[in-house]
Amino acid sequence: MSNPDHDREAEVSLLDGPPHDVKIKPIEKKKEAPQRAKLGLRRTLSEKNLMALTGLFLCLFLAVHLLGNLQLLLPPEIAQWQFNFYSKLLSGNIFIELISYLLFASILAHAIYALVITIKNRRANGHRYDYDRRGVTSKWYSRKMGLLGTIILFFLIIHLRDFWYQLQFGHVPLDKDGQKDLYTLVVTVYHSGWYVLIYVLCMIALGYHLLHGFFSAARTLGVYDPRYVEWIKILGWIYSIGISAGFAFIPVYVHFARG
Amino acid sequence: MRIQLRVWRQEHKSKPGQFADYELPEVSPDMSFLEMLDMLNDQIMRQNGRPVEFDYDCREGICGQCGVMINGRAHGPLANTTTCQLHMRTFKDGDIIHVEPFRAAAFPVKCDLKVDRSAFDRIIQAGGYIAASTGEAPEANSILVPHEEAEAAFDAACCIGCGACVATCKNSSAALFTSAKISHLALLPQGRLEAKERAQQMVAQADKEGFGHCSNTEACEVECPQAISVLHIARMNWEFNRAAFF
Ligand code: HEM
Ligand code: FES
Repeated sequence: MSNPDHDREAEVSLLDGPPHDVKIKPIEKKKEAPQRAKLGLRRTLSEKNLMALTGLFLCLFLAVHLLGNLQLLLPPEIAQWQFNFYSKLLSGNIFIELISYLLFASILAHAIYALVITIKNRRANGHRYDYDRRGVTSKWYSRKMGLLGTIILFFLIIHLRDFWYQLQFGHVPLDKDGQKDLYTLVVTVYHSGWYVLIYVLCMIALGYHLLHGFFSAARTLGVYDPRYVEWIKILGWIYSIGISAGFAFIPVYVHFARG
Repeated sequence: MRIQLRVWRQEHKSKPGQFADYELPEVSPDMSFLEMLDMLNDQIMRQNGRPVEFDYDCREGICGQCGVMINGRAHGPLANTTTCQLHMRTFKDGDIIHVEPFRAAAFPVKCDLKVDRSAFDRIIQAGGYIAASTGEAPEANSILVPHEEAEAAFDAACCIGCGACVATCKNSSAALFTSAKISHLALLPQGRLEAKERAQQMVAQADKEGFGHCSNTEACEVECPQAISVLHIARMNWEFNRAAFF
């Protein structure tokens, strides 16, 4: 019986220098900053996780928000009462209030991390290419998430100013049932063709942001099985087109049908 | 065929570089891109100039040494092809070809088209191995590996470390390179055991080297000479996230 260890030693001794396996450093538990290293919050991947989680939370919110807004499409008499009732229901609810804080925090965190990530990536680039045709190897919207996000941020600011701020701090007249008449406020704002145009353009930007973002978030969180990946791509398309087309349709419809 | 070249010339890491124009009157369409550069160097040296430095070794697409930016694309206009496997028939008579080194803060230019890719070595050193001394190749049936897993691990192991993924990435991210090794070893029973530490340490090292985030644009998979799947990046993310929680 030959001893395998013995055999290997014989082989190794034929080589010059130390045996090969002496140089291999065993994987050590992280020495520096053992506490933080566990979660590694400063890692590129952790930063992307945060973007993905906040992004997906916003995605979920958008779906619920769209369902609520669809009430605007009901026949005018029903829509007014229904929509104002819905608005009152939400604004009186402590649970909704908590969600809204979470929502603001998510948008803020998502946007701040977008900036952090973009700055770090710029730094990683170093010297720029003189002649750059790399664009042909990927989809434009996957490279322009920052631009698309900035358009969304711009939209959010006017959107919140015109509806959320008015409802919270502005003077909104009451409807005949004594509820704040958000419905009439919305219809009035959508009278403006310019407003509707900007709204639609922003929704196109949102659509592209979601088209890349939805699938990218799944990737970031680690969905690697090709079967799920396929489904997530399809789901992402349906979701992105559904959300952006849905949100864009409402002002267009209200503008032309209730003008 | 007649080829005009704009080549990045930089004598030293700490000296500024600039483009220089050359003309090669008689390039054969059968030449590889590197052979065309050899021809250029021959011409330069005959005029007592300093030849253009570029990396290569095997010239058959397996070592990962070659790699330059050709007309704004990593390894040139073809997908999944190394620079040494790119042939001049891909270009037309009279073409102007821009040749630049791979650019990334973590890949400093050493000279002309040569860049320092030792950051990749340090990422591997951070955990891209199995710590146990494995001895001789064991009896193949003593540790069973399903065929699909073995193939998937092999696909990841095919990475030749050329750096095209970094060069083509808008963020200069080393995600594809790092994930290929993490995925390769995580898929095999011997490597599985250290998957968590490996993911954490390799990701940490890639960050330390100054590579960027992965935005999932998937450009890397297009340029990768081994067509390594971006799904390995997803598996790396999974291993990294898993390491933090369970
Ligand atoms: C309702 C609004 C928004 C939703 C639903 C949303 C959703 C998402 C999702 C799901 C991702 C993918 C995360 C990942 O790749 O892991 C993402 C990425 C991104 N978002 Fe947003 N986002 C929104 C608003 C914004 C805003 C306001 C900004 C910027 C000011 C922004 C900038 C970005 C950037 C730059 C990325 C790409 C990060 C990368 O390079 O991978 N987003 N977004
Ligand atoms: S020289 Fe070896 S891969 Fe091109």
